[in-house]
Amino acid sequence: MGIFQKLFQAKDQKARRQKFIAGMAKTRKAAIRSLKDVLITEKAIDEALFSKIEEIFIMADIGVDTVIRFIASLKDEVKKRKMTVPRDLEDVIVDQLFALYLNDEIVDTHIRFNEQGPTIILMVGVNGTGKTTSIGKLAYQLKAEGKSVMMAAADTFRAGAIDQLKIWGERVGCKVISKNPGADPSSVVFEAIRLAKQESCDVLLIDTAGRLQNKVNLMRELDKMNRTIQRELPNQIYETYLVIDATTGQNGLQQAKVFHEVTNISGIVLTKLDGTAKGGIVLAIRQELGIPISFVGLGEKITDLDYFDIEDYIYGLFADFFE
Amino acid sequence: MAFENLTSRFQMAFRRLTGKARLNDNDIEEMLREVRLSLLEADVNYRVVKEFTEEIRDKALGEKIMKGLNPGQQVVKIVNDELKALMGTEAVPINLKDSGISVVMLVGLQGTGKTTTAGKLAQLLRKNEGKNPLLIAADIYRPAAIDQLQVVGKQLDIPVFSLGNERDPRDIVKEGLRYAAKEALNLVIIDTAGRLHVNETLMDELTDIKKIVSPDEILLTVDAMTGQDAVNVASAFHEKLAITGCILTKLDGDTRGGAALSVRKVTGIPIKFAGTGEKLNEIEIFHPERMASRILGMGDVVSLIEKATEEIDENEAMSMMEKMMSGSFNFNDLLKQMKMIKRMGAFSGILKFLPGMSQLANSEKVDDKQLVYIEAIIRSMTPEERRKPELVERSSGRRNRIARGSGRSTTEVNRLLTMLEKQQKMMRQMVNMSPQQMEKMSSRMTDPMGYDPKKK
Repeated sequence: MGIFQKLFQAKDQKARRQKFIAGMAKTRKAAIRSLKDVLITEKAIDEALFSKIEEIFIMADIGVDTVIRFIASLKDEVKKRKMTVPRDLEDVIVDQLFALYLNDEIVDTHIRFNEQGPTIILMVGVNGTGKTTSIGKLAYQLKAEGKSVMMAAADTFRAGAIDQLKIWGERVGCKVISKNPGADPSSVVFEAIRLAKQESCDVLLIDTAGRLQNKVNLMRELDKMNRTIQRELPNQIYETYLVIDATTGQNGLQQAKVFHEVTNISGIVLTKLDGTAKGGIVLAIRQELGIPISFVGLGEKITDLDYFDIEDYIYGLFADFFE
Repeated sequence: MAFENLTSRFQMAFRRLTGKARLNDNDIEEMLREVRLSLLEADVNYRVVKEFTEEIRDKALGEKIMKGLNPGQQVVKIVNDELKALMGTEAVPINLKDSGISVVMLVGLQGTGKTTTAGKLAQLLRKNEGKNPLLIAADIYRPAAIDQLQVVGKQLDIPVFSLGNERDPRDIVKEGLRYAAKEALNLVIIDTAGRLHVNETLMDELTDIKKIVSPDEILLTVDAMTGQDAVNVASAFHEKLAITGCILTKLDGDTRGGAALSVRKVTGIPIKFAGTGEKLNEIEIFHPERMASRILGMGDVVSLIEKATEEIDENEAMSMMEKMMSGSFNFNDLLKQMKMIKRMGAFSGILKFLPGMSQLANSEKVDDKQLVYIEAIIRSMTPEERRKPELVERSSGRRNRIARGSGRSTTEVNRLLTMLEKQQKMMRQMVNMSPQQMEKMSSRMTDPMGYDPKKK
């Protein structure tokens, strides 16, 4: 049995998978021709087939350069193995996707908790990707795991952002540290860390304002928050998650590059994966910058945040295989 | 960045294709491949790209190559013209009633910027159309969405109608309209909740609201950074609601915004406004013709083409280029080049005009004011000195005289000499260079033309 078959027949993860199917299944309605169709209907492995596979990958926003490289390595593999039947490509494609994501590393995307003192999780990203909502969901999950959680409203810019976080705080049942709108975000961070230490809180989630990566001043502001954290909690590792909306196209790569330069991104939270968008740009980000995906947002409910699992994701990408 | 790679790829393609009279199959294929990649990198939908490049192929074949352009540039010109035609040549105005209450509904996915846009739009229409707007808070789902709209309303001094988040949005808009009538407000902008186009319950809610308020405009907010999915989203909203226009948000980012083209081509809906910043006055009437070259990502090539066809005497430009390539470039030529630059506006324009030089064009480093000084220095030279730069180079007496005559320092005169020398050298090198070497050279050179006015 090939990897492909194994991946799609594993019974133990079925329940988890159902969520992914439910989340990502809507793509079936989309105009994208499924990979399965292509591999079944095409008679030979030729340029026409490769260009159809290319289309499917590009339509998933995987990123032009990554797709071109992917197709090239697929072609090599076909040549090496002297393959002639399109259907046999299934395994190779899944295999190569795994290789592309794993990149010969053991990818551990779990939160690294500090043994002493609070563990900081800083949420960053461009406007409207779902930072505040992801914090709410993450806080809920961490509390369910038995951690004590606090939130810091360091988005002092967007109207209503502080209120939004406070509502999440009430829902989850955790303290929200905030100042007035327009306050220096770093001062909120400073105050929140002080309180988190004082109250021996396990995790402090910091919500930051959405900022486009080409806004130099806003990126400096983020740098300042970073330095505040490093100064207040020296030699402690902390997680910085870049929140990326699944509908984002090629600009996602640029977002990751610039944010990574300023804040050293430890993982990605891929949100809104319950729409028809596949968020393939995260694969390009992983390939080009090595940043793994840590969490995925699969719906509107407070429980709709999951640890990222590459198998589930690839499964979601090609769920149409089972029709 | 992808853009830079593309530009250099283009220039290589250009260099291979010169001196032909008509476009043939090969030229077109080669350039269309680049165009295709460029559009995909800009997030234009795969199918839209495919269809679009097919159309271009037919149009381009056999087309006469314009004087001053090479075949590659000619293809880009055709692509750009078609893109412009597709995007629409003029801004499409918003449809509002002359009398009575005009209603605008804002719809879209979560996080595309509806609430911010509602405020911006109200402010813009108050200013431009003299309307008295009311904002209706119909997003009862997202925590604090109503607060957000209220804060925006307060900042702009525009009333906000809300019934909190316990009431059904259908009731909210109904009562909101009544409130507008009572308060003699004549523009209502409805901020609806962000929703996925596949969420049937919420999409039905929008259909109901539409029935209740019979809007003059239903505007879909589209995040300029959206990828391939833009087509699905826009089609779904359009099918359900027959939207009348789009607002492209977050256009102040560094995205190329290909989603705009996809949406336009697939739905035919015009883009009416663009959000261009965080401040509440940062919204603009959308000018489609400016978007075409941004999406194509070949701004320099396109503006070269436009300038070559409009402002520059082609023959003059060509002979200038030949002159530069031959390496016998003197102060007269430099002065002529200056004049050409002046006619074209920005200094970077001329750099971009030269093949392989666009990477060197850094308008931040050489501003237009410096050109005036350079001209003054050259004008203080004798005709012979302008022809033979080595005369100036050899004699410090001449350099001092020129400095005095032009009112600039001798250091600046020296720097101008270095600049000319570097340019000559670069031109000589470029003639025999492979594209790869050229790229290497470009990346090595940090200050364009060796003249940095900030070095005082």
